[in-house]
Amino acid sequence: MSFSPDLVGDVQEMLRYPFMVHAFEAGALIALVAGFVGYLVVLRRSAFAAHALAHTGFAGGAGAVLFGVNPVFGLLLFTGASGTGMALLGRRASERDMEIGTVLAFMLGLGLLFINLYRGGVATATYSLLFGEILGISADAVVFTFEAFVVVVALAVVVYRPLLFSALDEDVAEAKGMPILGLNLVFLLLVAVAVSMAVQVVGVLLIFALMVTPAAIAVRVSKVPTHAIAIAVGVAVGATWLGLFVAWYLPYPVSFFITTFGFALYLLVRGTQSIARRLAVRGARADVAAPRPGTEPG
Amino acid sequence: MLTGGRPGPDGPPPAGRALEAKDLGVGYGAATVWRNASFAVERGEFVAVIGPNGAGKTTLFRLLLGLVPPAGGSVEVLGASPRRGSPEIGYVPQRHSIDYDTHVRCFDLVRLGFSGHRWGFPLSGRREEAAARRALEAVGGLDLAEEPLNALSGGELQRIFLAEALVSQPALLLLDEPLSNLDLRRSKELVALVHRIVRTRRVAALLVAHDINPLIPYLDKVLYIANGQIASGPPSEVLTSASLTRLYGLPVEVLHDSQGHLVIVGGEAHTETELGGGEGHHEGEAAGGVFRPPGGAP
Repeated sequence: MSFSPDLVGDVQEMLRYPFMVHAFEAGALIALVAGFVGYLVVLRRSAFAAHALAHTGFAGGAGAVLFGVNPVFGLLLFTGASGTGMALLGRRASERDMEIGTVLAFMLGLGLLFINLYRGGVATATYSLLFGEILGISADAVVFTFEAFVVVVALAVVVYRPLLFSALDEDVAEAKGMPILGLNLVFLLLVAVAVSMAVQVVGVLLIFALMVTPAAIAVRVSKVPTHAIAIAVGVAVGATWLGLFVAWYLPYPVSFFITTFGFALYLLVRGTQSIARRLAVRGARADVAAPRPGTEPG
Repeated sequence: MLTGGRPGPDGPPPAGRALEAKDLGVGYGAATVWRNASFAVERGEFVAVIGPNGAGKTTLFRLLLGLVPPAGGSVEVLGASPRRGSPEIGYVPQRHSIDYDTHVRCFDLVRLGFSGHRWGFPLSGRREEAAARRALEAVGGLDLAEEPLNALSGGELQRIFLAEALVSQPALLLLDEPLSNLDLRRSKELVALVHRIVRTRRVAALLVAHDINPLIPYLDKVLYIANGQIASGPPSEVLTSASLTRLYGLPVEVLHDSQGHLVIVGGEAHTETELGGGEGHHEGEAAGGVFRPPGGAP
């Protein structure tokens, strides 16, 4: 497919293919969930836990393929069970790097075994689990993704404030009567569902492109949580759609473009802020010619 | 379960004792932290809680917050048994999850102190925004409202935590080592601020501190925890060489200067000067905790 100046015509052309429509629809739903959950992941410093859940998902997905079940059920089962296990580890479980890392390694090994036992197209199954297969989303998968989306949004609306509160000030939230263990469980289950959904788009290895990169950009740009969530969601959806759009013209994987657009925006934001800060410091230096009054020499 | 009347936004809290403990004990499993503690704190009293590390100061707070059950005896907090989630207690824990990455507005944290424990999405935030603004005003932090938490100095951060604790109009403040990361000047400013709030709002405040010198001018009572016991009394009785030496198990001297002011030297009350021994300019101030009779202006 070569680039033509008629973008509207191209989009109309793309949307004539059901697989592209499914990709745009499911991609947007998944990016919405991943952007929101990603903000909480970043704020709670649980990126490693999210990473580990994705790798657990790999074992679940591979197991499901082996037993001839839809991979998303294997993903949900394994990530959900691992998320529950992490929550039961206790307070701030998502920061327990060693325990989580130990389980993560075992789960990857288990995934390898499942793939080894599988007689069918090993390479295809592995590849789509690891790197996503957004162009292979069926109409049924879109419906299922929508159902998961509705569940996540309903849950998120109920638990948003306590989750934010416990992320920022866990001890006070506990003193205010919040069930800290329960909140951690709900949070990790949200991550588990988001991961299971996002594997379809970017796969377990590139999950951070939707769960961490957009949120990392958002927390740098906005200090107001609701705005930051809107930005994270916008970046995730934008990167996904732009990735799909560009991959229409170029013979490279969609996942590559999604990760690249997110990363490019991240670099742009960091670079701009770094320059702005340097300019501000230079301005401040020009203002301060003499030491401040009241500052005694040591 | 008694809830007690919640004070109006500007009216003083109802009269009555803030705390009353009789033969109170606490322990985890078979191990007793302390027991046979009897003490009382009136509304409008400023109380220092001192004692060596691991003596059970934070445990006392957790008991008053209803997070740990008493192992014996009885305790009344604002006329009722301790219960988790009471809006009448404002709590500033020792541990916080805020760090250089937490790019979130101060205003949002203070607001969460008011409504962070509520489920569901806020429909109208006007009431909580007004409450957050009032709390920020009370700590002189209105100008910090729009600042991100990770841009604040230690002293500013403690003022924001205090606002977060004050936002629910508590009648009892529990402050766990708010001075631990502050230099002497900031410590004195924060203590003066707490003292002003205690007096103007008739709030009882318990403040855990290792360096008691900045507190001396303002204290109504000292609660000291050591060797499995809690004792309380007016500063003039507790802050003597004999009682403090017994408390810390280290020689501590309480000196009186020519104007009748009181200075504590040695033990834990003196850590700051010991550590900063090489800095000559620091010493005069660090040892300069002065005591005047309660009620006297600093």
